Amino acid sequence: MNGRAMPVLPPAAEALAARAAVERAQGGAAPRLRLRHGLVLGLLWAGAAMAQDAAGETAFAALMRWAPLLLEGFGFNILISFLAMAFGTGAGAFLGLGQIAPSRGLRAFSVGVTQFFRNAPWLVLLFFCMFLLPFEFVVLGATIPFPDWVKAVIGLALPVMANVSEILRGAVASIPSGQWEAAESLGYTRRQTLWRIILPQCVRRMLPPWMNLYAILTMATVLASIVGVAEMMTLTGRALAAENRADLLLSFYGFVLICFFVYCYPIALLTRRLEARFAVAG
Amino acid sequence: MSAGRTGEVVVSLRDVRKSFGDVEVLRGVSFDVRRGEVVCVIGPSGSGKSTLIRCVNGLAKVNGGSITVMGREVNDPRLDVLALRRSVGMVFQQYNLFPHRTALQNVMMAQVTVLKRPKAEAERVARALIAKVKLEGKEDAYPGELSGGQQQRVAIARSLAMNPEVMLFDEVTAALDPETVKEVLNTIRQLAADGMTCILVTHEMGFAREVADHIYFTDRGVIVEHGPPASFFAEASDPRTREFLGQIL
Repeated sequence: MNGRAMPVLPPAAEALAARAAVERAQGGAAPRLRLRHGLVLGLLWAGAAMAQDAAGETAFAALMRWAPLLLEGFGFNILISFLAMAFGTGAGAFLGLGQIAPSRGLRAFSVGVTQFFRNAPWLVLLFFCMFLLPFEFVVLGATIPFPDWVKAVIGLALPVMANVSEILRGAVASIPSGQWEAAESLGYTRRQTLWRIILPQCVRRMLPPWMNLYAILTMATVLASIVGVAEMMTLTGRALAAENRADLLLSFYGFVLICFFVYCYPIALLTRRLEARFAVAG
Repeated sequence: MSAGRTGEVVVSLRDVRKSFGDVEVLRGVSFDVRRGEVVCVIGPSGSGKSTLIRCVNGLAKVNGGSITVMGREVNDPRLDVLALRRSVGMVFQQYNLFPHRTALQNVMMAQVTVLKRPKAEAERVARALIAKVKLEGKEDAYPGELSGGQQQRVAIARSLAMNPEVMLFDEVTAALDPETVKEVLNTIRQLAADGMTCILVTHEMGFAREVADHIYFTDRGVIVEHGPPASFFAEASDPRTREFLGQIL
């Protein structure tokens, strides 16, 4: 993915400077996404895209040349988000069940791990995975490569795991104790009660916060650019470096924002709709 | 309806004590319930009535004394909890139906999971019991679509599906609208007439007088007075009982 030997800090500086430039140009950090923000962004972007360089090529035309590559990068962001969500959810489910386990030791361990990863900055976790994990594993003579993007998936899966664990614990705690008592008095074991009575009721309650977490994770996948993974932000930075035209910054990074907005906003909408529906039904 | 005081003892309590922290809720309660008997426990709020029947199926652990159900010691650490729970059915004030399952499924689930009955048989039993509590046509309704009284009758059917030897009712009409109280009391009346052994904690004095074989009055963790309803209501002698009945009746 990345040919340079020590790619970590220089791209970080570049990316941060570039992002700061975009934010300065827009007069502040991008706010929480709503449709009207998307429209404003779109207009800003359209304006910037009409700018022309000395040779008369519009920023839009330049963007079109680069768009296939950038979208490929965006596809990579989505892939990272899928994988991190899948691993994070799987591990988080186990950790969440550990948090409500009858065994005191298991419970203390699970609560400790959950709280640790929930209260750690995502970027720091990402750096740790980059530096701590080897670039390949040798298992029984076979070499399994372990590229940066896989490390990024693991780095992002860790906070997802902790958050899913907490979502699960919270959902179980929100089920009235009468459900446990009714099942207990019918002769259900603890395990049967959990799997047949409690958890099925939790799925519905967990869906909105889980989807919300996914949207946050997707937006956080751009952090992988800081550690040199060739996702959309990294590719945008490289494209801009190749073009070396200051007038392209706004439209290129604007394009990145629009891609994420178009992907994340429907998730936010659906989450809100589900929340409203469950609030009525619940 | 009354089996008198002669039948086989199904539930027996001896000097039962239970504390929550420093508060002693039950301070030595003893009584026997015989097969086919309907026993009502009445008394002021906070007198330990609900705790008492929750101890009978092991939902609450006692701190002292002994409870036996069908000869099984509830306090025994080697107790076969499943066998105890199968022989004791319990109905709660808040119904506690499983909201993600239909009425029919609520009545079927435990039969399949706990008793390992084949699905077809469990469904047959469930349909018969739903008919018995007069809820035909509501099989596919979810608890949220049923009235409080209907939910409580499903809860009774759910307990009955386990073929219990004794049924516990913990203030089962306390959360209901006055109109639906009657439906639930009719269901319990029917059960009593069929010879089911029942222990009821209730505030429905009229119902207790009509249906009970024996009434226990508890206050501050002890049984103050007891007797068959006729004599209990007419001749209660303890001042605490008189005061309570004076407020209620």
